Parts: sequence; structure tokens; C-alpha cells
Amino acid sequence: MKGKDLISISDFKKEEYLQIINLAEYYYNNPEAYNDVLKGKIIATLFFEPSTRTRLSFESAVQRMGGRIIGFSDPSSSSVQKGESLKDTILTVAQYADLIVIRHPLEGSARWAAEVSPVPVINAGDGANQHPTQCLLDLFTIKQSQATLENLSITLVGDLKYGRTVHSLIQALSYFNPTFYLVSPEELKLPYEYKIFIEEKNIKYYESSDINEYLPVSDIVYVTRVQRERFSDPMEYEKVKNAYIIKADMLKNTKKNMKILHPLPRVNEISVDVDETDKAYYFQQALYGVFTRMAIISIILGLN
Amino acid sequence: MDSKKELIVSAIKDGTVIDHIPARSLFKVLSILNLHNIDTPITIGCNLRSEKLGKKGIIKISEKFPDEHDLNKIALFAPQAKINIIRNYEVVEKKIVEVPDTIEGIVKCMNPKCITNHEQIRTFFYVIDKKNVSLKCKYCEKITTQENFEIIK
Repeated sequence: MKGKDLISISDFKKEEYLQIINLAEYYYNNPEAYNDVLKGKIIATLFFEPSTRTRLSFESAVQRMGGRIIGFSDPSSSSVQKGESLKDTILTVAQYADLIVIRHPLEGSARWAAEVSPVPVINAGDGANQHPTQCLLDLFTIKQSQATLENLSITLVGDLKYGRTVHSLIQALSYFNPTFYLVSPEELKLPYEYKIFIEEKNIKYYESSDINEYLPVSDIVYVTRVQRERFSDPMEYEKVKNAYIIKADMLKNTKKNMKILHPLPRVNEISVDVDETDKAYYFQQALYGVFTRMAIISIILGLN
Repeated sequence: MDSKKELIVSAIKDGTVIDHIPARSLFKVLSILNLHNIDTPITIGCNLRSEKLGKKGIIKISEKFPDEHDLNKIALFAPQAKINIIRNYEVVEKKIVEVPDTIEGIVKCMNPKCITNHEQIRTFFYVIDKKNVSLKCKYCEKITTQENFEIIK
């Protein structure tokens, strides 16, 4: 993977996922192993749209490994405002940095950046298309919480239609013989093409609009936000908006090892009383995100 | 039979005949082959009766022989098109168009949020369905279907 870009989750094979996860785990357990990994390296974080969480996670990863950061968090303060093309921005920044992390509202922008850039590019989200480091950190978090990725019961809750993280996760987990439980309002069901994908891989899946149905059998409950703007009919949103909220009292009959994940930011889809239970794993997930990004950066730069 | 029908559009001495073009795709094929910039005679038949296609179009280009690459472009809009190379009023070669594995340029990505519609980037697609000609954008990964093809000028 050295010198390779990280653009789309489908560019990678199972072995490559595992290489990243294993290194993330190694770094997590051996803080002395990564202090100087990025010594003398400069990483550029180019955020053409704001995403504070993702940017801070990348910057934390770089800092922990002793690297330095240049970049911008908002295009209004950059030359993009003056009408510079993405190609020119990338070709210029590539002269300043050893690796570029890009977040951009247009789909395909990261692939284009990688094509023109002489240094490796990591996609930190291109519109509604891909956000591969999120998917890899989800895998690492699942592995950490269950000690395995194989044969798990994964319940996906919320917006399964537009949820980019859910679609990537289904693709990535398909290598590990999961059983999927899909819970969403009628309007936000998993698109047909992903069901076909699941069926082609001979993966078992079940579908329901009742959140309580699959909680007792789940190893992982992955929650995403149901957003008002996704509904063509506001009445439909009003009807379902409170039907997909996880509360502490719903967790009584769940498995001992069950953990709740969420890509964050959370609004109200996980009640705050869940935070006090041992099922809450979403802030831990944010920490694992840093280690996942550390592993990705060092593998891509060939420094692992 | 066929030759009688073809006589609706006059025969050519030397050149290329592109037959069995779906009527609705005729002008797209003309555009894709850049025929408006050719100075030799071109005869065009539109909405001719066809058993296979209902209504078909036909193009006869005198004294020009498009290369393989150009012919494959036709496949995007007319996968069943048949091409006859004519020398001295005789068909000397018959060709069938073939949809290539990848398409560079030619059509736009139908996703308005795709980077290729915002910067000067040559489009690039993987053909994921040769029969219905569905294209997956290399950049945004969205699928553009035949009915949404828009030719790049």
C-alpha cells in the first residue's frame, strides 16, 4: 500500500483492511512505537468544506506521530475563493507537503486530486460519495469491542438510504461473514443495489421498522441520524422522528458484549442516559479513529 | 429486401454506411462522429421503417472510412448498428460495433455534483452494462444510463 492513495473503500482488499487495523491496534497498545514516525514530515489538511471532527482527528493523528501540519479548515480563507482550480491547488500544495488529506463537497474530487498529485492523497470525504477512513475506523472499533470481525450480528439503524457510512460499512464487513439487521423508516430503507450486493455475497439479512426487534440479538448496533431534510413529506418525518431513538431502558435484554456505535455528531438519536451504560462506545470510537488514521498515514508513507 | 429499402436513401460509390441506428439516436450519432465538419457528401435517412427497431436511421458517408475508435463511439447510442464499407457500389466489409470496456470523454457524467462537471477534466467511465450501456464514473462512482447521455461539445 506504500505510495498508494486512499480514495474509496472498494479500492482495497480484505488483507489491506486487516493490515491497517492491525497496525492501529499495535499503536494503541504501544504508544512508544509511534512518537517519531512522522518526524520531519509535513502533512497538508485541505478542507474545502468544514468538518471539525474529521480534521481534528487527522491533526491529532499527525501530531501524535511527531509530524507537522499545514492547511486550511475553510475554503473562504484560501485561494479557492479567488477561483483557483482544484488541480492547481493540489499541484501547489504537493510541493509543500509529503501527503495531502482532502475534504471536498464535490463527488470524485479526491480521485481527481490523487490523479494530479505527485504525493499520496487521503480522501476525508468527497460529498456524498466516499469517506474511507470513517469506514476503517468503524472496523477497528468493532474489532476492539468484540475481539473479532468474523460472524458478528450487526444492526444498522436510522438513515440507511442516504447514509454513506452505512453503505461503506456493509461493503467492508461483507468480507467477514456478518448477519445484518436493517432498521429504518420506510422512506429511508437500504437501497435495492445494496440489498443485491448483500444477497450476491450470500450474507443473511433481516429488515424491520421496529428498533426493539433486533436489539437482543445484536453484537453491534450502529446508529445514524434520521435527518428532516431527507423526507419529501414533513408529516412522515414527524411520524418517525422519535421512533429511532435508543434509550437506556431499551437495553435491558441485550447481549453482554453488545456495543453501540455512532459516526457522530449525535443529535438526539441516542438518548444521553445511554452514555452512562457500558453499551455506549461512540466516544471510544472517536479515539480509535485517531489510531486508525495514524495507521493509514504511516502505511501510505511506508513508515510502519 | 434490404437493398430495396436502402434505395430510399441513394446509394453511394465509395464510403461508409451506418445502418440500424435507433431513430431517436440518429442525431447523436451524427454529432459523435463530428460529421458536421466533413466536406464530402453525406446522406441521412430518418424515421425509416425497421422490423427490428420500429423506426431507424441510416447515415451514408461518401469517401470517408471512420476508424475503429470512432465506430466504437457509435455503440454508446446504437449498440445494434451495422456498418458497411462500400467500394465501387459493393459492400466489401461488414462491421459490428462493440461497446468498449471504458469510455473516455464523449459523454458527461449525469451527477451535477461530480467534479468533472465543475473543473476541466476529461470524463472517464467504466462500462458496467454493455447491453444497456450503463457507465460508472471513475471519479464520483455514480452511474450514468443511456437515456441520460449528454454529448460533450
